[in-house]
Amino acid sequence: MEKSWNNRAWFMVLPVLVLVAFSAVVPLMTVVNYSVQDTFGNNEFFWAGTEWFEELLASDRFWEAMGRNLVFSLVILAIEVPLGIFIALNMPRKGIGVSVCLVLMALPLLVPWNVVGTIWQVFGRVDIGLLGHTLEAIGIDYNYVSDPIDAWITVVLMDVWHWTSLVVLLCYAGLVSIPDAYYQAARIDGASRWAVFRYIQLPKMNRVLLIAVLLRFMDSFMIYTEPFVVTGGGPGNSTTFLSIDLVKMAVGQFDLGPAAAMSLVYFLIILLLSWVFYTVMTNRGVER
Amino acid sequence: MADARDMTADPPARPPLAGGAPTAAATRPAAALRRQRPRGAWLVPTLYILFLLLPIYWLVNMSFKSNQEILGAFSLWPQQPTLRNYMVIFTDPAWYSGYINSIIYVVLNTVISVSVALPAAYAFSRYRFLGDKHLFFWLLTNRMAPPAVFALPFFQLYSAFGLIDTHIAVAIAHCLFNVPLAVWILEGFMSGVPKEIDETAYIDGYSFPRFFLRIFMPLIASGIGVAAFFCFMFSWVELLIARTLTTTDAKPIAATMTRTVSASGLDWGVLAAAGVLTIIPGALVIWFVRNYIAKGFALGRV
Repeated sequence: MEKSWNNRAWFMVLPVLVLVAFSAVVPLMTVVNYSVQDTFGNNEFFWAGTEWFEELLASDRFWEAMGRNLVFSLVILAIEVPLGIFIALNMPRKGIGVSVCLVLMALPLLVPWNVVGTIWQVFGRVDIGLLGHTLEAIGIDYNYVSDPIDAWITVVLMDVWHWTSLVVLLCYAGLVSIPDAYYQAARIDGASRWAVFRYIQLPKMNRVLLIAVLLRFMDSFMIYTEPFVVTGGGPGNSTTFLSIDLVKMAVGQFDLGPAAAMSLVYFLIILLLSWVFYTVMTNRGVER
Repeated sequence: MADARDMTADPPARPPLAGGAPTAAATRPAAALRRQRPRGAWLVPTLYILFLLLPIYWLVNMSFKSNQEILGAFSLWPQQPTLRNYMVIFTDPAWYSGYINSIIYVVLNTVISVSVALPAAYAFSRYRFLGDKHLFFWLLTNRMAPPAVFALPFFQLYSAFGLIDTHIAVAIAHCLFNVPLAVWILEGFMSGVPKEIDETAYIDGYSFPRFFLRIFMPLIASGIGVAAFFCFMFSWVELLIARTLTTTDAKPIAATMTRTVSASGLDWGVLAAAGVLTIIPGALVIWFVRNYIAKGFALGRV
């Protein structure tokens, strides 16, 4: 659409600007402030320069949390994206089945995040949970409270349960927008089902898949509530992701400086990812 | 908004005026696609949905059991169904006030978010102005910001204003991610309305506020509904910020749930019942937005 140049449009944006600035810019400035200062309590602060940043970037704790978070994000992407595509391809396309599928599949997306944690905490327990109890009954030793690997499996499974539907919904949205002519052409050429997927459906799902991957990556990169409720970051530090570590540092230990420095580094990473997301989204019209 | 409109039409391609029966063009690809699906394809979504519902079923199952039954005997359904857990929640103010608190700040947040996002989204969809693209990007970064980063500064900021433990504090804090979300979703819907409608209205002598309220808003009614739903939802599911900003008077149900540990151990039955009750609001309204779910989660960009 042709947009006309009109700087008075600023007045319409102003309320949003004020509101979000209050919620975002002011707190962010506080964080910047803390990240370059040190304190011995009593509200006395003095300049610390880049000390916290140097300490942070040299600390194993930060890189371990970062590493865990990256591994987690990659694992859930590797599971959720192919699984999501596969389910979307097999979704019904017509009738009441579509609505029923959409509604039921979206259900986990609407569960409060801490309740997601609670559901899986209960579900996985050996004494009272269906999953834990069943695994024990068939002779598999499973205890997410004490075994790091089991904790990881539980957290990953929980995320797959929680968010795969998002990939399904986005892929489905991409699939139903493919015009019939493409399939007719494929039929005339005698294309196999795989060829139809590889050369028609996958390229047409390209954009929604990109959205799905970016959203899933960013959201999993800042995951907090669900693993916090289930494992609390444990056993040991095995499921302590960046957010959990950050909250532990900021609210638990009240290490303002290091926590602020970590917040900023964390935020810069997210900013970079957001920029990629934004570029992808706004170039949409140009590509077509 | 309940019509079975094709959920995937691109915002520019979707004529919001033609909200009626799906056109022939919209149903034909479905027929062709159906031929693409192998026999027995229904099995895949069925199994997937089963996987999704099983943990939820387990929670519902537990919520109807007494604690002795939960811990004592393992059973797939309640042997002696009891409503005791729900009674505890509905009679104990510490529990049900959690729900009231959550609903108050969530509704406040939804109203604030949508009402400030409406004019902004209109500006983004209709005009170019100084710094518009930067502003749009900046809004997005707030939707993507990790709440953990903001937990501590939020606490201090709202303490300074004496707003800790009030509903409005949580409502405003949640605007951080809900306002950008609402702007993005509404902008997508508004861009689907042809600009000629605006121009015709102005020629007919409509003032801007009258045009916006009388003509434009009804045209994007479904968009407003979807934006409101997603604001409601994201505010409802968020816990970290809500818990940081409240202590007793405005404590959300989600935070109440984390403190069910008592002298006699965890009260599993009540915990399960509280969980079930938090799922219900989302489950009730999801039917109305089913065709826009993908759009909402992808910030209106599908």
